[in-house]
Order: sequence, then structure tokens, then C-alpha cells
Amino acid sequence: MFNSTLKQLSALLAQKKISSAELTQSYLDRVARLNPALNAFVTVDADKSLAQARAADALIAAGKAQPLSGIPVAHKDIFCAKGWRTSCGSKMLSNFVSPYDAHVVEKLNAAGAVILGKTNMDEFAMGSSTETCYFGPVKNPWDRTRVPGGSSGGSAAAVAARMAPAALGTDTGGSIRQPAAFSGICGLKPTYGVVSRYGMIAFASSLDQGGPMARSAEDLALMLNAMAGFDARDSTSLERPAEDFARLLEASAADRARPLAGLRIGVPKEYFGDGLSGDVAAAVEAALAQFEKLGARRIAISLPNTGLSVPAYYVIAPAEASSNLSRFDGVRYGYRAPEYGDLADMYAKSRAQGFGAEVKRRILIGTYVLSHGYYDAYYLKAQKIRRLIAQDFTAAYKQCDLIMGPTSPSVAFALGAKASDPVQMYLNDIYTVAANLAGLPAMSIPCGFGEGGLPVGLQIAGNYFAEAKMLHAAHRYQLATDWHLRQPAGVE
Amino acid sequence: MDWETVIGIETHAQLSTVSKIFSGAATQFGAPPNVQACAVDIALPGVLPVLNKGAVERAIRFGLAVGGPEVISRRSVFARKNYFYPDLPKGYQISQFELPIVTGGAISILTQDGEKTVRLTRAHLEEDAGKSLHEDFHGMSGIDLNRAGTPLLEIVSEPDMRSAEEAVAYAKALHALVRWIGICDGNMQEGSFRCDANVSVRRPGAALGTRREIKNLNSFRFLQQAIEYEVRWQIETLQDGGSIQQATVLFDPDTGQTRMMRTKEDAHDYRYFPDPDLLPLVVSDETIEQIRCELPELPQAKRERYIRDHQLSAYDAGVLTSSREVADYYEDLVKALGGGHKLAASWITGEFFGALKRAGLEISQSPIGSRQLAGLLQQILDAVISGKTAKDVFDAMWNGEGEAAAIIEAKGLKQISDAGELERVIDGVLAANQKSVEEYRAGKEKAFNALVGQAMKATRGKGNPAQINEILKKKLAR
Repeated sequence: MFNSTLKQLSALLAQKKISSAELTQSYLDRVARLNPALNAFVTVDADKSLAQARAADALIAAGKAQPLSGIPVAHKDIFCAKGWRTSCGSKMLSNFVSPYDAHVVEKLNAAGAVILGKTNMDEFAMGSSTETCYFGPVKNPWDRTRVPGGSSGGSAAAVAARMAPAALGTDTGGSIRQPAAFSGICGLKPTYGVVSRYGMIAFASSLDQGGPMARSAEDLALMLNAMAGFDARDSTSLERPAEDFARLLEASAADRARPLAGLRIGVPKEYFGDGLSGDVAAAVEAALAQFEKLGARRIAISLPNTGLSVPAYYVIAPAEASSNLSRFDGVRYGYRAPEYGDLADMYAKSRAQGFGAEVKRRILIGTYVLSHGYYDAYYLKAQKIRRLIAQDFTAAYKQCDLIMGPTSPSVAFALGAKASDPVQMYLNDIYTVAANLAGLPAMSIPCGFGEGGLPVGLQIAGNYFAEAKMLHAAHRYQLATDWHLRQPAGVE
Repeated sequence: MDWETVIGIETHAQLSTVSKIFSGAATQFGAPPNVQACAVDIALPGVLPVLNKGAVERAIRFGLAVGGPEVISRRSVFARKNYFYPDLPKGYQISQFELPIVTGGAISILTQDGEKTVRLTRAHLEEDAGKSLHEDFHGMSGIDLNRAGTPLLEIVSEPDMRSAEEAVAYAKALHALVRWIGICDGNMQEGSFRCDANVSVRRPGAALGTRREIKNLNSFRFLQQAIEYEVRWQIETLQDGGSIQQATVLFDPDTGQTRMMRTKEDAHDYRYFPDPDLLPLVVSDETIEQIRCELPELPQAKRERYIRDHQLSAYDAGVLTSSREVADYYEDLVKALGGGHKLAASWITGEFFGALKRAGLEISQSPIGSRQLAGLLQQILDAVISGKTAKDVFDAMWNGEGEAAAIIEAKGLKQISDAGELERVIDGVLAANQKSVEEYRAGKEKAFNALVGQAMKATRGKGNPAQINEILKKKLAR
């Protein structure tokens, strides 16, 4: 059962072979058993989850089942959910119980899904290893001495360890794709504006995008169907006709042996240069060969400004974050220092005690780059680079339909390995941040194993609104391979 | 040696939208603390701003009134102004910075030396902060976020004013205009319209002096007093060999003095940058044209029309266009009368305003509506009563005794205009006052007035004064 797809679970529930209450309870039991070692969940509330499950059962019994009716889903603890503590991985919000639902949470509730619990994450989503969280680091289910990636490391580990059939993540610079790659699962960051940011605690507003994490492209499509949609409360939400992201999955290919015939896959030379480890390169090469076998054509392309994407990202994201995190001041909610002198002292102590080191580092960087006299040299210049990077992709997508390459330069690294060297940590985002800067969709799927038997992720990126096309390609690949079906040892 | 005062004014006009600029919470004044603050206003984690189109429409109306379509930006940008304060829930204020919705424009004011134009630098949309309450909390502070997110239009003038009087004239003209075009209720006590004055002094012809900004003046009187004090203080300081330091000051109405709040050195670095939660505000020509069509006739245009078409004096035209309510009252009145512009103007600015002032009422609270007043003035135009009698009728109407015609009928005030009857009365008066007749014929003009007075007395004040004059002159000429 824990290896069932969302579609299979839906069928079991519809045929009343299992109730949502039973299914939810089994997952809760599994979480209780595995979580102490993995630390993927920060909040579990069985009463709340089971109440939702019983409500789903009633709807299923009444013949009013929705697409995800009765299916438990793990929520990254960045999505506000009414009545649930929503901590964003921070001491600052460790006492914050949200009085409202994020748009995505409303949508999942409406689709019948059950909130299984809230998953661990890098504090305020700032990190690539899920080590900066107030509630302690998450362990990679494939190797507990390794990080699961981040910032959505709790969601990735939960799905990889079969503690949840699917999970919600957010991706500001790779925070869905990189942990998906490190944890051997699938994750998709949609086009900016496809999923509403309302109720998703902001890290960097112009880059943040919510998306699904699951074990297959097919499950991602079902999840995205439930998550996407226009929301008037988010001014950057896109008003488009409703889209079925699974619509291409069932399409009958004329040539069953070569279902991807005609698909042009761009492979940027910049993604295979220095810094890419050999094991990852080999797995990605093998995956590209597999795509060629499926009929796709491989085209060498260039994204000349790739090297500028990490520097530009680490100006823009901290700039926005420094302002977004100003609201955490200890005045209205969240952590307030127990002792302080005057008002300035209350701010200083509450924020000094409430935020962790990485968050403070980024607030300082962001404050600096927006300061009088530095704004033009940093923030404005980064915005110009951002436009150049977007132009790189516009040019590339004239030559190809999708772009593929490694999601991350290496497999999961050891816990603590990069914690003391922020620049090394930031360089880990080299292949992922460009999609956020350009607002483009991108996903990661498992494509083999590297050093230490750890999973390797293949990044599949597309032009604006190419999600269905990307999912189709990934699905065809997964029909022909079984990397996504592999599961870590020790979590049976 | 002479000194020249230079003043520029920044005004925060609260826009009269039902809900806030970035949330759906109400903007009504006077609600209990924090009941009009929703999740967006208190800046819960994860909430986002959504721009209120009503605020944009009002800003466009303002731009059209001060400069026309060309001063309205087709693309403007909301930025974040970052600073920490307990009544600023997000830790930043959303305000237009580099690209405001209105750039340029002008306001015309009336001064002792005639009409003067004050140029506007810009007008931009922004949100108000909440309120910190430092009393009643035993050493702690209370925060009321009802006002947080209230839409403001900040209107910035060029330093074109040269005296406190001009500054007040500008503020009054601006105040009248924002109410006229219906974008702000203008309630200064509730803080809906407040001014900051940038004041400096210099020798005539010299470069601009260093300015000090007087914050948050919420009455015209305080504006005048504060500037006068500040100008005196600056001149004295300079004459004593001192120098002016750029600073922000507060005016204390109790002492009539300004006092230092902060100097330029304490100024924040607000780290402005475009708000990534809001898209650039794009306004189309069509939208501007549509709003232009719905705009009422503006005070200046009305003033010119009254002088040109109604032959009113510049003074009367100015008074009648001091607010839209007054202009509407006047226009309703002359419409009901079918003319009589000068009579209507002199009654409104004279008798009617006098009565309002005595009773301490606003025009909207007047017991005599424009149609009732038209009823009275019609009796004058029809020569049913004299202007003098009309004042008595007006008082009776003010006291709620009914319509003009009914009062005239009930009190028998109808004027005697029957020539035969007036001749009989005058014959009697002449017969009884031979002495006056002789004096008049001997050249004493005053005697004539005595005879008119006797004739009015004989008619118990109801004789048509013009006719009495005419008949008397005719008879005495014989």
C-alpha cells in the first residue's frame, strides 16, 4: 500500500477497499515509527487528520468524491493551515498557529485531501540541506548521515521514506527540485504565478513558487491539478483557463516504441562543466540516452549567463527576504524576547533570539544590497542579469522543446559538510536558480544512483506553461525505467 | 535687510474608499481599536496585498483636476519603504517612490495680489500606518491598526509659496478641490487631510535656504501659526549669526512653538525597492478618458463661467465656488428662478451665509433649501414684496414658519403696487406735511426722504418703494 500511486489509492478508496480513516491511520503509524530517526515531520496532529479523513469518507460514501478524496498529503510547514502550528522551520514562529488557510491548502482541502502533518524545512526556506531548521536537521532516508537536500527536505524525506504518498513543497532557488534529487523522488516547480502564493510564507516574493513532490510524474500531475489556479488575493497569480496537467499522459503515441519522436531536448554545455561530479554526469548521460531511445532528439545548446545566476540570485533573494522578514518583530505574534529594555532593544533581542544564523546572514546581505549607495551596484545590476538569463532561455527555446541536465552537481552530501561554508552551499544551486530567476517551470526526477548508492536527479525544464509537456516526457521515461520505483533500505 | 520666506507643502489626503488600499477591511473612522484590521492589515505570515481600484480611480481624478491626462503616469510602481515601528505591521510601508501616478500639475490660489499658480511636483498613492497609543497602558504602548492600510494620496507642491497666508490659501484651495472631486472627505479633525510644511528663508534673489519640515499640521490655523513661528525663529537664528540645520520639527499648539523631532543625521535609510508582491500599475488612455467624462465641472471653470455668463463679481464667483455644496446650492437656486443670478449671488453671500454662520451650521444642514430660497427671491422679482420685507420673510422661513408665499399671505406683507391707492396715500402725506414739501421745493433734498418715510409709514411698510419714489417726484415737480 505504501508504494501505491495516488491513482491506485484513489481507486482503493472509491471501491471502499480501505477507508480514508484507515489509510490515514496507517500513514500516521508509519510516521510515528520512522520520524524519530528522520525528523521529516515537525507537527503531527492525529485528531485533526483523522477528522478530515472521516469527512472524506463521508463524501466518498455519498458519491461526492473529489480527485484526491481521502488521500493524506504532507505539507511543508511554510503553508498556513487553519488551526495548525505553522512555524516555517523557525523559533520565531514556533508558537504561531495560523488562523487561516493558504490558497493551496484551501484547494487541497476542496480536492478532498487530508493534511497528514507539517514537514520540516530550512528556516524560512533558506538553505539547501534542511539543516538550518529550528527543529533539528532532517536525515536522508537513503543514508542517515547525509542531508536530504533543502529547503523542502522534510517533504522529500517523507515521500522517499513512504511516510506520505505526496507532499507540498516550495521552490525559490531549487528547494523542491534539489531535495527531490537528493532523496530519489520527483518534484516540480511550476511557472511563476501558476500556484498562488497567498498563505505561503514569503521568502523571496518574485521567486517563490509552490509545487508538488511525489514518487512519479503521474502523481505530480494529479497534485498540480489540485494546487494550481488563479487567486485574486495574489496579484502575481496568473488568470488562465483551468488546465489538466495530466492531459498528455494518456495520449496514445503513434509509435509506441518511440513515443517521444519529434521532441527536441536541449542540453546546455554550461551544465556539464567544472564542478559536476562524475557519478552524476554518468547517470544524466544515461538518462539522455534513454530519452533518445524513446525518440527524442538531443541538441547541444548554450545558456551563456548560467554562471551569473547564483550571484544574481544571492542578491535578489536576500534583498526581498530582508524586507519580507521585517514583519517578524515580536509585536503582534511570534517570538518576543522575554526580557528587553526599550523598543529598539525589544526588536533587536526578539530577532536576534528568534532567527537562526543563516536567516540573519541573508537579512544582513539583503539589507546591505538595498542600502543607499549600493542599490544600483547590487540590486539593479542583479535585476539586469535576471533579464539576460531570461533572454538566454527565450533564445534556447527557439531551438528546443525541453532542456535537460543535472538537478544538482553532486549526490546528497554529508550532514554538516557544507554548513560552515555558505558559498559552497550556495553553489549547490547552480543548475536550479535560473528557472526561478526567469519564472520558468522545471522539475526533477530520479535517473539513477551515484556515489554511495545515493540517488541522482535529472532536471527537466520547459518554457512558460510547458508543465504538461514536461510531465509527459517524464512519464514516458518512467514507463521505460524503474529508477522512481526504487526505495531506500531500512524504511520498509 | 529683507528676508524672503519659501514654503513647499506635502499633503496627505485620505482617499474616500470604503475599503483599504490593499485589503478588504473597512476604513470608517472611530471604530473600536483593531476591529477594522484584517489578516493583511496586521501582516500575518503569508498574506499579500491587492490594490484597490477605487484608490487608483481617485488618484486619476486628482491628476485630471490639476493637470489633465498628460500628468497621469501610464505606468507607475509601488515600492517598499522599510523601517521598523510597532504601528507599521509589515515593517515596511507600500508607497510609490520613483514612479508616482501623478507627475506635475498646478493649483491656482487667490492672494492679496490676485491669482497665483502653485506648481505640484507629484502625487502618489500609499498606505497609512496604524496608531500607537502611549497613554492608558501603564508604561506600555497600545497599537490600533484600524488606520493601517488606509489609502492616502500624498500631494507634494513645489516651493512656490512666499508667506504663511499663501500657504494657507494653497492648503484651502487643495482642500476644497479634493472634496470637490469627491476623493477625500476633508475632515481635518479626523486626520483625513493633513499637511507638512517645508519652510526656509533667504535673502531675495539668493539660493534656497536650508529647510525645516513641520510635520502633521491638521488645521489651517495651526498651519499659519506654525509657519509664522518657524519663519521668525529662522530669521532670528540667522540674524544672531546662527545657521539652520535640516530637520523635522513638530508644532505644539499649546505653546505656539515648533520643536525639533530629528535632524537629517538621524534620517532612516528606507531601502526603497519595487514591491515584488504588486505588479506595476498600468493605466490606459481609455480608463483616463472614462474618468475624465465623469469628472464634475471644476471650481476654476465654474468661477470663470459665473463671471462671464452670470456677470457676477470675481469676489462673488470666488465665494460661490469655495465648495461644491455652495456652487450646487447657487446653481439649483438660479435654475429654479430661471435667472436672477446677481440677486441669488447677493442673497447667498449675504443673508444666507450670515444666518448659517450665526447658527453655526454647514450648508448641508440649512433649514432653507435652494428651492425654498428661490420661492422667496421670486416674490422679490415679481415685486410682491420689497427686499427689506424679504429679510423678515427669510427670518420667518429660517424659524420654520413655512414657505415664502404662505408667510407673506399669512402676515399680510404683500407690497402695495396699485398706483391709484399709492397716489391717494401720497396725496394725504403731502397734505399733512406741507412744511417738508416747502423745504424740498426750497432745495432741501433731505425733505424728500422724510416724505418717503411718511409714505412707507402710511402703508405700514408695504408700499412699493420704487413706485412711491416715482409718484412723489412726479407730484412734487408740479
